[in-house]
Amino acid sequence: MGEGRFGVLAAAPLALVLALGFAAPLAIVMAFSAMPERVFDLGHRPDFSAYAAMIEQGYWRSLLRSLGMALIATVILMLLCWPLAFAMAKLWKTFTLVITIAVVLSLFVSENIRLFGWVLVLMKGGLLDGYLQHWFGWGTGGLVYNPGAIVFGLIYVYFPFMLFPMAQGAAMIPEDARQAAFDLGASRWTVLREIDLPLAAPGIMVGSLLCFVLSAGAIAEGKLLGGRSVITIGDDVEAAFTYAQNWPLGSALAVSLIAVLGGLVVIALGRIDLDRIMGRR
Amino acid sequence: MVGSLTGPTRGARMALGLYGALILIILYLPLVAVGFASVSRGRYLSFPIRRYSFDWYGQALASDTVRELVITSFKVAVLVTVLSVVIGFFGALAFARYDWKGRHLFQKLALLPIFFPQAVLGLALLMWFNALGVTPSWKTGVVAHLVWISPVTTLIIAIRAYSYDPALEEAARDMGCSTLQTLREVTIPLLAPGMVTAGLFAFLLSWGNFPLSLFTLGVDATLPKWLYARMVSGYTPLVPTVGMLSVAFSAALVVLGLVIVWVRARRRAGAG
Repeated sequence: MGEGRFGVLAAAPLALVLALGFAAPLAIVMAFSAMPERVFDLGHRPDFSAYAAMIEQGYWRSLLRSLGMALIATVILMLLCWPLAFAMAKLWKTFTLVITIAVVLSLFVSENIRLFGWVLVLMKGGLLDGYLQHWFGWGTGGLVYNPGAIVFGLIYVYFPFMLFPMAQGAAMIPEDARQAAFDLGASRWTVLREIDLPLAAPGIMVGSLLCFVLSAGAIAEGKLLGGRSVITIGDDVEAAFTYAQNWPLGSALAVSLIAVLGGLVVIALGRIDLDRIMGRR
Repeated sequence: MVGSLTGPTRGARMALGLYGALILIILYLPLVAVGFASVSRGRYLSFPIRRYSFDWYGQALASDTVRELVITSFKVAVLVTVLSVVIGFFGALAFARYDWKGRHLFQKLALLPIFFPQAVLGLALLMWFNALGVTPSWKTGVVAHLVWISPVTTLIIAIRAYSYDPALEEAARDMGCSTLQTLREVTIPLLAPGMVTAGLFAFLLSWGNFPLSLFTLGVDATLPKWLYARMVSGYTPLVPTVGMLSVAFSAALVVLGLVIVWVRARRRAGAG
């Protein structure tokens, strides 16, 4: 009995969901992005005017802004998560389990509830400001409704998406290699640069990719913590699809974002071996 | 690494431990704030909270709106759980177990929805449903959740599928089991722990999902969608209360799941 046939059959249900729920919607968005502005069906001559409008009306700025904020959040997350990921993979046993469970559990709480919690902590008269005022007579004032708060929200929400792949990557560093390098007189810094980071690279890459892609298209952080102080590309796509009823413009914006993110994902995923990361025998 | 010269010093270990603890505190700080807000008596929230009351909980539990939201959220999550575990079971076999020509490509395609901003996916699905002439409702919400959650269940079950020995299936077949019998008697029991974990994840991720629900449910609403609408406009003191109730329900499910795992592990230890 050929395993090949079983493989195809077993893949079929998921392939069907992805074809109807992922590939088809993206194809429709692509098709609409070529249509003249403000039409609601595909029976028009493609003129790509939505892309022209996107450039003329300055929407590319929100795209760049979102990519920039996503990049900042991703870099900060790399620095924040590395020591923790390394300790989880190499130093701790019980504490690793505690952190893993606690972080996974936090993922089950809607991000809007958690972000709303941060508004309550950081707003004027919030948990932080209110108690500082109460105890010491001075407070921080309101810390929300600015671009920094959005980046903070991105870092907070996508923290698990960096931590877990990175810890998985750190677990792939063989202790022998580090030991050998130290025996040969390498400094800690050299070991980090020459052994740890290159060997953990697949995990670091997956984590960074996830964080960058998910933060670039996020909506809730900007709305709740940013208070519309900055318009993100996600906001623009949403506005075009909903209030403005300009499907081609929304589609052109979405396609531009997807082109950048999709390009990164395809290049990066093409270079990693999932069997190795997930531990196939 | 104990006693090794190359490991971190005691000071560094302590600093790392403190850092880990600090991260955990920061992770849960917003939920503490929501918890405080949910028992604040005043209509307008400001810290420190002066008067506490549980009235909002009574109101939330008695409210028809909340009951409807719970029913919709539950309906969607149950359907998503059942469907995504079935899809994920087969998906995992194709992902990790069978050797077939398209496997490496399939592995990567299956990951794409996870590597995709959910809000943008939700908007794309909204347009797709419109183009098909389907009015968005909780049913289209189920489809949207499946697009994201089926790959997750596939991955979780695949981790389990990687760790079992294919020789067990071959043995069953050599002893005369049909394909279906092998599936029922060998494969499913071996993958069962992965399927339970995947089911729990599927339910909780669907229950708490916000970006997909926001755009793909039409006039219907799940708890996270309603909460968001109330956060951005028309705030009511019910927001933190309903939020906490939703979190409490998730937490109860997780505890139940952990108890099941613990009981099974003990029973196995007792049997072995």
